[in-house]
Amino acid sequence: MSQPALLRLSKVSKRYGTVQANKEIDLEVHSGSIHAVLGENGAGKSTLMKLIYGVEQPDAGHIYWNGQEVHLARPSDAQVLGIGMVFQHFSLFETLSVVQNVSLMIPGKPAELAQQIADLGDQFGLSVDPHAMVHRLSVGERQRVEIIRCLLLNPKLLILDEPTSVLPPQSVRRLFETLRKLQADGMAILFISHKLDEIRELCDTASVLRGGEVTGRVDPREHDARSLAQLMIGREMPNVAHVAPRPPGEERLRLNALSHPRASRFGTTLEGIDLKLRSGEIVGIAGISGNGQQELAALISGETRAQEPGMIEIMGKKVGHLGPMARRKLGFAFVPEERLGRGAVPEMSLADNSLLTAHGRSMLSRGFIRRSVERAFTRECIETFDVRTPGPDAEAGAMSGGNLQKFILGREIMLNPDVMLVSQPTWGVDIGAATAIRRRLLDMRDQGCAILVISEEMDELFEICSKLHVLHKGHLSPALDAAETTPQEIGRYMIGAAT
Amino acid sequence: MSGLEFLLAGTLAASLPLLLAALGEMVVEKTGLLNLGLEGMMAIGAAIAFICVFHTGSHVLGFAAAALISTAVAMLFAILVIGVKANEVASGLAIGVLGLGLSALFGKSYESRTISGLPKIDIPVLSDIPLIGPTLLTQDIVVWLAVLGTIALWWVLNRTKLGLIIAAVGENADAARSIGYPVVLIRLCAVAFGGAMCGLAGAYASTVYTPLWADGMIAGRGWIALALVVFGTWQTGRVAFGALLFGILSLGELTAQAMGVGLPSQVLSSLPYLVTILMLVVISRRRSGLV
Ligand SMILES: Nc1ncnc2c1ncn2[C@@H]1O[C@H](COP(=O)(O)OP(=O)(O)OP(=O)(O)O)[C@@H](O)[C@H]1O
Ligand SMILES: [Mg+2]
Repeated sequence: MSQPALLRLSKVSKRYGTVQANKEIDLEVHSGSIHAVLGENGAGKSTLMKLIYGVEQPDAGHIYWNGQEVHLARPSDAQVLGIGMVFQHFSLFETLSVVQNVSLMIPGKPAELAQQIADLGDQFGLSVDPHAMVHRLSVGERQRVEIIRCLLLNPKLLILDEPTSVLPPQSVRRLFETLRKLQADGMAILFISHKLDEIRELCDTASVLRGGEVTGRVDPREHDARSLAQLMIGREMPNVAHVAPRPPGEERLRLNALSHPRASRFGTTLEGIDLKLRSGEIVGIAGISGNGQQELAALISGETRAQEPGMIEIMGKKVGHLGPMARRKLGFAFVPEERLGRGAVPEMSLADNSLLTAHGRSMLSRGFIRRSVERAFTRECIETFDVRTPGPDAEAGAMSGGNLQKFILGREIMLNPDVMLVSQPTWGVDIGAATAIRRRLLDMRDQGCAILVISEEMDELFEICSKLHVLHKGHLSPALDAAETTPQEIGRYMIGAAT
Repeated sequence: MSGLEFLLAGTLAASLPLLLAALGEMVVEKTGLLNLGLEGMMAIGAAIAFICVFHTGSHVLGFAAAALISTAVAMLFAILVIGVKANEVASGLAIGVLGLGLSALFGKSYESRTISGLPKIDIPVLSDIPLIGPTLLTQDIVVWLAVLGTIALWWVLNRTKLGLIIAAVGENADAARSIGYPVVLIRLCAVAFGGAMCGLAGAYASTVYTPLWADGMIAGRGWIALALVVFGTWQTGRVAFGALLFGILSLGELTAQAMGVGLPSQVLSSLPYLVTILMLVVISRRRSGLV
């Protein structure tokens, strides 16, 4: 190309303590191109994007914008150039409304902004109530808000750090259409995703990162997902051999006509939900997030109390009135969809995060914390679940997204629960690790654990579940046998065409 | 004058130091920091204002000097907490002690000296209203300015972009930084504002409310102001209401007279402190119950 690249990085490096997150990275992004950055969890993708957006500064190397060298000391410097970014861990303010969040970045009167948000939502299928409070929104809806906020800035370069990880399939379609339109208008897009099929469909260039270095530059349209994965992890993809499930055992979790009014105008009312989960089986709940998934998970975990004790039974006991601790004592474990804030405390070390749910595993003695036990547990979790981190003292908030997910899931699995609820188990996890996580869940099933999985990824549900339900507008479909139903049938339930 | 008339006349002035200090601290806390040094910042402000008015006779100068010196002390807090990331609670307590010490040192040779306060303003028409005209509506200029200032602060915090930014920084500093707001600068400004407000509060206490210097004259009002922020759940209107309530309580004997109860004056003068403790207990219980 004769024109200089819109953005060019030359030998950019960044180190965090002992971790070399980026090492001598060269990268060129051209206008009108959708450029994929792929790599395993912890490969340094988010770090690289933060350098481009001015959140972090490189230790060495140069950044050129339209051929001119630039120094990005803060995000506003990048915004002035025309760089917009949607973060992997959202940068929204939960106590503010959607419009207020947007108005923090975009000038304009609230009423006009609300209109713009609604228009953009219609245009790109990213609809969201402009006046909703953000803490009431599902993860998927929050992401829509982030994307809208970015698009309102009319950036020349749009950075999307795992934008599709929590979007339902329809929204992904529409987002891709949006991105293609933007691309046609000449926008450059940096796109990070662990879903290799998406990258092959959307992107025209891909840079592969491994261990902080660029290990390859390819045209993803010319490779299949398998060879891309191989480039990413540097070895052959493991094959998963599935063992057929044994017949399930006794009942461990039961929902009896569970109904719960919505907590606010933007919540979902759950109506008459019946569900049975038995030892040695995995039951999946499919559906687009925002249809009551958050509410249901909070009710089962005990974060919200059910209206009647008998609506929820764990291990044969009525627990609707009990809190999370009491339910955990019965052998229940829970992996929430938000890792930061619900699954882990970002400011605390991994070891202290272990303590949060694993304190019952002799980590306490007469009210004192036994640090050695805490550390041993954490170290075991790090090793068993291949969490890439310097050690138990690392701050949870500084971990790469996928690695934190592996840690949280591992921590709960190590509690040897009898019943487990897992929300979005492989959100943001690279395909190698996602395969490993699914295999862990299957192993647990074979050891007799009862597992309920809430996920938006249909492939995943079909792979590990024996029974499927679909949650739509607060109603749960009857149980469908995974071997007999089809993605099409599930899809009809998801949009309410079948009940 | 009856007890009720005294109350009407005196409440606003009695609440003013509490109001100013609490509003300043409220802004600090809204940006996500906690400065426990209110008492000391008020004390040093009070001392400097008194000395200034004693020598120059100018209240304007007194208030300005107090605001400056307390801002300087607050900046020390900012350097410790934002600059070198020292512990907030310890730093706040430390600068509180420093402020108290300095005020005692500077005020030593002025012990029991007096100065003249500020005149009450007669506003035509308003002051002719029966009962409240000559009492509630006859106040000095600072009271009127404070009323306007409170309304202005409410407007800024609830109706402007600046208010939104302050709330955003307080809720999620990382996110605010990542969308390009200068978090450190915003916090610095908030701490400076909190300091200045404490200075003004101290100045009012020593040069207008009781224009007489006595060591320890702030007498715990900084701590009450701190509790008021929590009591008012970080909302301007509620904090102002709380300040009024405590203003009435601090007028102890007058209040008792107005209500016709005959409690010993020691009990009455300890009432604001007791209520503060009770209030904090109730609030913290309610909050932990929610979580
Ligand atoms: N603020 C920080 N402090 C210390 N280490 C950090 C920090 N941020 C990132 N790291 C480390 O840098 C490495 C790269 O992290 P990064 O977030 O860039 O990975 P990633 O490729 O985005 O992974 P994922 O796919 O899981 O999101 C990781 O080992 C991570 O632990
Ligand atoms: Mg990342």
